[in-house]
Order: sequence, then structure tokens, then C-alpha cells
Amino acid sequence: MSILKYAPEALKNLFKPPVTTKYPFEPAVYPEGARGHIEITIDDCIGCGMCVRSCPCGTLSVDKMAGTWSIDRFDCIACGYCVEKCPKKCLTMVEGYQTPGAKEGKVTYTKSPEQLEKDRIAREEQAKKAAAAREAAAKKAAEAAKQQQPSGLEQAAKK
Amino acid sequence: MGEVIHPEEKLVEIGTDQLLTKVMELKKAGYRLSQACAAYVNEKFELSYSFAEDTTYQYTTLRVVIDTDTEVPSITDIVPPAVFYENEMKELFGVKIQMISLDYNNKFYRIEAETPLGPKPDAAAEGKEA
Amino acid sequence: MGKRSVIPFGPQHPVLPEPIHIDLVIEDEKVVEAIPSVGFIHRGLESLVDKRDYNQMTYVVERTCGICSFQHGMGYCEAMEHVFGVDVPARAKYLRTIWAELGRMHSHLLWLGLLADGFGYENLFYQCWRVREKVLDMQEMTSGGRLIFSVNKVGGVIKDIEKEKLDIILKTMDEVEEELTVIKDTFLLDYSVQSRLQGVGIVTKEQAHDLGCAGPFARASGIRTDMRKLGYAAYPDLDFEPIISATGDSYARCYCRIMEIFQSIDLIRQAIGKIPNETDLFTPVKGNPDGEYFMRVEQPRGEAVYYVKASGKQYLDRFRVRTPTFANLPGLCEMLKNTQLSDVGLLVLTIDPCISCTER
Repeated sequence: MSILKYAPEALKNLFKPPVTTKYPFEPAVYPEGARGHIEITIDDCIGCGMCVRSCPCGTLSVDKMAGTWSIDRFDCIACGYCVEKCPKKCLTMVEGYQTPGAKEGKVTYTKSPEQLEKDRIAREEQAKKAAAAREAAAKKAAEAAKQQQPSGLEQAAKK
Repeated sequence: MGEVIHPEEKLVEIGTDQLLTKVMELKKAGYRLSQACAAYVNEKFELSYSFAEDTTYQYTTLRVVIDTDTEVPSITDIVPPAVFYENEMKELFGVKIQMISLDYNNKFYRIEAETPLGPKPDAAAEGKEA
Repeated sequence: MGKRSVIPFGPQHPVLPEPIHIDLVIEDEKVVEAIPSVGFIHRGLESLVDKRDYNQMTYVVERTCGICSFQHGMGYCEAMEHVFGVDVPARAKYLRTIWAELGRMHSHLLWLGLLADGFGYENLFYQCWRVREKVLDMQEMTSGGRLIFSVNKVGGVIKDIEKEKLDIILKTMDEVEEELTVIKDTFLLDYSVQSRLQGVGIVTKEQAHDLGCAGPFARASGIRTDMRKLGYAAYPDLDFEPIISATGDSYARCYCRIMEIFQSIDLIRQAIGKIPNETDLFTPVKGNPDGEYFMRVEQPRGEAVYYVKASGKQYLDRFRVRTPTFANLPGLCEMLKNTQLSDVGLLVLTIDPCISCTER
């Protein structure tokens, strides 16, 4: 009985192409939105470090001054939490899984020289502004202290 | 529409001396051991023994709060499957459990660190000195 | 009484891809006692709570196990939502249900394949895994990951399944059901399979209850328990009955799991039919968690318990997951008594052991 039941299946299998694909010779097909690995548009990155703090496996590192962002590909678990947290949305999850390898998977992305220059100028301007604001605040504080001092003396005299 | 059976979970705080009686009561009432775990909070161990009923889906947890050097009796004589849970408590937290029916002698998990989730050995020593 | 000797089983064994070691005390060819020991791959995921905040923990918990990963994430998130006291939007609940049932299907299909391989049916093994591949494709299409979805979040889910994708799932479910019907007949009606499974490794209802067994293992012994009845996710709106069998042998466990795949197909259809159209996918949670909760979830392997305890800090005080295999180990030892040594490999398989779950 059971031989007859499986006979059609066996016959079909003789003529059907295999279910598997010959992977290295045929490209792998990824569906839309597959979580493969993380890519960054580094010039948009502001080096805030949100991704570093959110990463559950501590694989990311950011250097704001040098304008670099680095990731250890083998430590990354492709959870996509950094992509969700990035305020500038410069991180993206793209298809294609990390292939195994013998070397360390650390990859560092550095900003383009133009962007670095822009950042430097922006930082300097910000520093100037901050310095100006600080001076202004100091002046104000000094004036306030001057105004307060006589009143303090008066109070002391009253006592 | 499927019916939902979800009675409120119960949490009963008891003392070490009541543990065996309470466990016996629950067992007689037709409960099965669902889980047992320890937690190290505020320098005390909180042991939770949860029992579940399969027809009413009632979930009852017995909570025993003890100091780190208090000994608790093992419930394995009443509830045999508690063996693994108690060995886990003993090994990961260092809870002192007396008379486990099958004691793995801290070899249940093959880990190097002693009581990784419990009190830190040096911290405990410092506490004693102070 | 014959001469007793001890035979070590595992941690490396052809029927099991995962390391469990059992010392089998045998008398002639009969097993009289079995003492398991685990702990070869203890990773200490539970102790990560002091270093990862509760949002990051979602991703850590999810990686407890590669097979039931979605349900791990879901169980943790549901527990945290109880602690926060937030309500999840209805659509997110349905999405969780669909993903959970897809996960159950692929887990059971994987187990069926391993079982077929265990009793020597290589071809059947490939057939099961061929069907499973379709389910995996559905998972990858909807969530972006083949096994580990990372779509859960405390308060809801982060991804939606669009209408077109739901239609594709429905179409695939029809195909899977058709192919599965053929496979089911082989498992349940084939003469040699029956003689290998029937009457072997019997666990009675009383034993299963006393030893605290969970999931299909307990249901095969006639215990009517299914944590989905507790009404988490969208299960309150769906119509289903726990699948039970009375005999408690290997055949009954096989029967329960096969029928549960059909049940999952049915649940997915119901869920897709009833899914509400909402744009909200999560409720934002604010502040830090404070409180504790025991959450029970029905995983492919049985009841899993998630215990979270927090005291108003960003990091949890204690997170504990009791996985179904941990509860089923005592049952396994009892089952192995008085069986033939040659059956041990297959019997260990029938509880669907997941050792990396067990050790966390």
C-alpha cells in the first residue's frame, strides 16, 4: 500500500528541478526590508553617540572630533535598535548578511575632508558664540553683584 | 471567540518555617510546580516558588525573603522536579539550601565564577568587617 | 538483577544538535535511571540586566533561543507592559499573534524533521524542512529576519505587515497546508513509524502533572493546558481549543505537534481575517519600570515564565526566564526509565529539547 502511495511522489521528484538554489553561482534573493547589515551615510552623522549608547552588544564607537564611526561587524547582532534611535536617520539596515572571515571585522568610516572642514568651522563658530555668551553672562553677573552689594551693606547697617 | 481564563496571580509572603507546609498544601490542592527562582535585592534573597493549576490557570507564588546566610529547607522531597531549580539557586546565587535530593554540588552549570548573580564575595567580606 | 553499568549519552550525539549529557544507568539493555546534566553552554543572559537597560534587554532576551526567539521577545515585552501598565494597540496584538504562530509552525516543522531523521526517514526529514523553508521565507519577508525578528518593543511592535504581504501569507498557508497533509499521513499512518513510536516512553497524566511538565509534552499525556487561554496578545479574539491526546507515548507527542501546526495555520487565518486597520503600532512608555510580574507564554515547547522585577531604575533588578525544556527535564528522566537503550535517542527528541534555552 504505502509503496504505491509514495510512487507518484518519487516519480515527480525524478523530473522536478531541485528546491534548493546553487547559491554561489546564483545570486541569493533577499526580500525587501531584510535586516542584513548596517550602513551609514557618514557625512550626515553628527557624532551624538546615541547609537553607541543604544547598542545592546557594545559594538559601535564614535569619535566626534575625528569624525569617525566604527563597527565590529562580527559583534553586531543586526537588531536595528541603533537605526531606530539615530536622530539624523543616517543609519540604515541593508540586505546582505555578514560573511564569515578569518580577520577581525572592525570597519571604520571617516567623514569626507570637506565635511570635516565644515564641521570644524561650525564647531569654531559655536565655540565663539559660547565664549561670547559666557562673557555676556559674566558681565551680567558682575553687574548684578554690584547692584546687590550696596543693598547687602545697607542690610548689614540696619542690623 | 475563545474564552479567556485569567485569574489574578497571587503572591503570598511567608517565612522560612512555613515553606514546607504551604508547599504541601498547594500540592494537595492539585497545583504543579511552575518555576522557582531567587533574586538578590537589597542584600537579601527573595525566593519565589510559583505553582500553577492547569484547569483554573490559577498562579500562586510563595515568596520567602531571607538573609544571605539563612538556610532554607529543600522542597524536593515534596515536589521532586524542584531539583533543578534549587540547584540553580544554589549555584548562581549561593542560597543555602539544605538537603536537596540530588545535589549537583555547584556543578549544575559548568561556570568558572562562583555565585555570579548573588552577593559578590569581596563585597560581602567588606560588609562583615564594617 | 542483572549487572548495572553507566553509559554516558551526549553531550555530542547524532540525534541532538545541542549539548545535553545524560548518565544512563542500564541493566542489560534496559535503562533503570537517567541523570541529566546541562551547563555546557551557560551564557549568563540573566545577569546582563545590570548592564543593559530594559529596552536593550528586549534584544538580549530574544536571542535566548534561535527557534522560539519571537515568543521570547514577546513574553518579555508583555511582562514589561504589565509592569508599566500600558495597553498595546490592537493591531500590534494581532501582528504579534501572527508572528508567534509562524514561529510555532516553523519550530514544530523543524522538530518533525528531526524526529523523522531520528527514526531513519531521511527523505521525510527533507520534506519537512522544505515546507519549513516557506514559513521561514514568510518570516523574512514580514520582519526582515529569518529567525530572529527584532520587531518587538516594550509597548508594541516596530514594524507593520502590509495588506499585500498578509495576502501572500494566506496564499502560502494554503500551500503549506496542502503539503503538510501528505506529510501528516506518513507520520501518523505509516506502519513502521507507528511501530517505532507507539507505546514507547509513556508518561501518564499523573506523572506529567507531578513532574510539572509543560506544553505539548503535557498535552500528549492528557493535561488540558494551554497558556494561550490566558488571553495575551490577540488570542482572546480567536477561536481554538488545546489539542490533547490521552496515551502519553511518543506517538501522542508527535500527533499533538502535527495537529498544532494545523491549528497555527487556522489561527493565522483567523487573525488575518480579523486584524483591525490602525496606524498605531505602539504605545510610548515613559519613565522607569517599577514593580514585578510573572508572565506566562505558550511557546512551541510549552509554558515559558518570564519574571521581571524593577525598582524605578533604568536597569531591572532581576529578569528570569524559565524555559519549557527546563520544566520538561524531570519528565524526560522519568520517561527514560524502563526503556530500551536503543530508544533513548528518539525519546530525548520527543520532548523537543532546546538546551540553549534551558541554560540561557
